[in-house]
Amino acid sequence: MKPLSGFRSYCLYLTISVRSAIQTKEGTGVMPSSLSVQMTTQISNVKSPRQSSSFLFTSTMDVCASSSPTLREFGCEQNLLSRPDGSSSFVQGDTSVLAGVYGPAEVKVSKEIYDRATLEVVMQPKVGLPGVRERAREQCVRETCEASLLSTLHPRSSLTLVLQVVHDDGSLLSCFLNSACMALMDAGLPMSCLFAGVTCAIDTDGQVITDPNAAQEKESRALMTFAIDSTERRVMMSSTRGSFTVHELQQCIAVSQKASDKIFQFYRDSVRRRYSKTL
Amino acid sequence: MLIIVSTWFVYLFVILSYFYVIIHVVYKVGDVLLPGDVFSFQMPESITDSKPEKVVCGPGLRRNGDEVLVCKSGILRHKQPNLYWIDSQQRRYVPGKGESVIGIITAKSGDIFKVDVGGSEQASLSYLAFEGATKRNRPNVQVGDLVYSQFIIANKDMEPELVCIDSCGRANGMGVFGAGGLLFKVSLGLVRRLLAPQSEIAKDLEKMFPFEIVVGMNGRVWVKSKTIQQTLIVANLLESCENMTAQQRQTLFRRVADGSI
Repeated sequence: MKPLSGFRSYCLYLTISVRSAIQTKEGTGVMPSSLSVQMTTQISNVKSPRQSSSFLFTSTMDVCASSSPTLREFGCEQNLLSRPDGSSSFVQGDTSVLAGVYGPAEVKVSKEIYDRATLEVVMQPKVGLPGVRERAREQCVRETCEASLLSTLHPRSSLTLVLQVVHDDGSLLSCFLNSACMALMDAGLPMSCLFAGVTCAIDTDGQVITDPNAAQEKESRALMTFAIDSTERRVMMSSTRGSFTVHELQQCIAVSQKASDKIFQFYRDSVRRRYSKTL
Repeated sequence: MLIIVSTWFVYLFVILSYFYVIIHVVYKVGDVLLPGDVFSFQMPESITDSKPEKVVCGPGLRRNGDEVLVCKSGILRHKQPNLYWIDSQQRRYVPGKGESVIGIITAKSGDIFKVDVGGSEQASLSYLAFEGATKRNRPNVQVGDLVYSQFIIANKDMEPELVCIDSCGRANGMGVFGAGGLLFKVSLGLVRRLLAPQSEIAKDLEKMFPFEIVVGMNGRVWVKSKTIQQTLIVANLLESCENMTAQQRQTLFRRVADGSI
C-alpha cells in the first residue's frame, strides 16, 4: 500500500481520503480481478479564521489488478488564488502544479483574432527561465485547450493560462493538462468537453506503467502522454518520446482511456464538493 | 435608513431558440453538472404519447444540433414552467444587454466617454445619454468618476454601449455617484444573491446599521456609511460572506452587530 507521505494539504478545509481495501495489512497473494473498493471516509473539519473559497479533495486508488491502470494518489484544489479569475492546484503523487486563468480580458490589437478568443499559455519551471522544453509543452496544452474551449463566444478577447511547476516527480505534462482543465472550469469559461491527461511509460521489459514517477520515466524506453476528452474518450493530443511498436501505442491508448475514467469521476466529485455549500 | 440603489434582479437569459423536442431530462434539478454533459436529446419518433414541450435555455446551456449541452460547471436550476439554467460561480464579468453595472470613466474622446466595466472591452457612454443633457448643456462627468448605467448594446460582436437614462428619458437612479464611500469587487454569484427579490443577505445587512450601497451586476459594489469604520465593516462582511452557509453568515453578522462600536 502506498503510504500517504509526501502529500501536503495547502488549506485547512474538508478533506476526504478514500482508500481501497484490496490490499490488507499482511499483503495478499493473488489480486482479485474484479474491483471491490471499500470506501472509508475521514472527515476532519478544521475551522479557520478567514473563510476562503478553496476546497481540497484527494483520492487514492491503489488498485493492482492487472486489467486496471494504477494511478498515483491525486488531489486538487480550486479557487485558491485571489487575483486570477480561475485557479487550481493539481497534485499527482509528488508532482504538483499550480494553474491560473485570466479571461476573457482585453487583448492587444496585434494579437486579436476577429472571431475567436486568443489563448495564451505560459509555463514557468521551478528554477530558471522558460526554455524550449517549456515552449513545446505550452504548445501541447494550448492545442488541447483550444479544442475544448468554445472560443467563438468571446471574439477579440484574450485568455491567459499560467502554469507553475511546484514539484516535478514525473508525468508533468499530464499534471499540467489536468490542472489546466480544472482552472478553466473554475474560471467559468464555456467548454464543449473536459479533458484529462494520462502519461504511460514502457519500460525495458515491455510493461506499460501508467503515471510513472521520475525514476520510472528515466529508465523507460518510451514515454507517451495523451489528452483524452470526456464525451467520447477520444485522443485530443498525444506527445511521445522514444521507440515503440504500433501495437504498444494502441495498448497505451487503451490503458489511458481507462485511466481517464477515474480522473473524470474525480473532477465530478471535486466540483460537487465545491458547490455543496451553496446547494 | 437603508437606501439600496439598484434595479430589479435581471438574469440575462439568452433564449437560444424555441424548439419542439420531447424533453428527456437526464439530470435532476439541483445536480452539479460539468461541461460536456448532455442535458436533453431528441427521443425517437416511436414515443408519441408525450406532448412536445418548449424549453428556454439560460446561461450555461447551449444547443448543439439536436442536443442541449452543458458548457459551464455548476448547479442545474429550474423555474416554472420551462426555464432551465446553470448556476455557476464566476469572477469575470461578460457584458449582457439590460444589465446595470458600475463603471469607471477612463477617457473622454469626442462625443463619448470610455468606461471600464470589467469586461474584455471598454464600453462607450455618450454625452447625451444623461438626464437633461443637450449639446450645449454637457453633463459634469470627469475621468475617474463612478457611473451607474445600463447596457443597451452588449453582444460578443460589437463594442458595448451604456446609457444613464431609461427608455422614457429619466435617470431612474442612474448617473454619476460616489462622493466618498468605498468601491470593491465581489464574485458575480454574490451580486446575484444580493439583488434577488427576497435576498436574505440584504435583509441581514439591513439590521446592522444605516448605510448606502450600490450594487453593479459586474461584481462591483460601492458602500458608504457615516464613519469610515462602518464602511469598512460592511465591505469586509460582504467580501467574506461569499462562501458561508446561511447560518454561518447570520452568526457572523450577529457577532459583529453585538461588538460593533
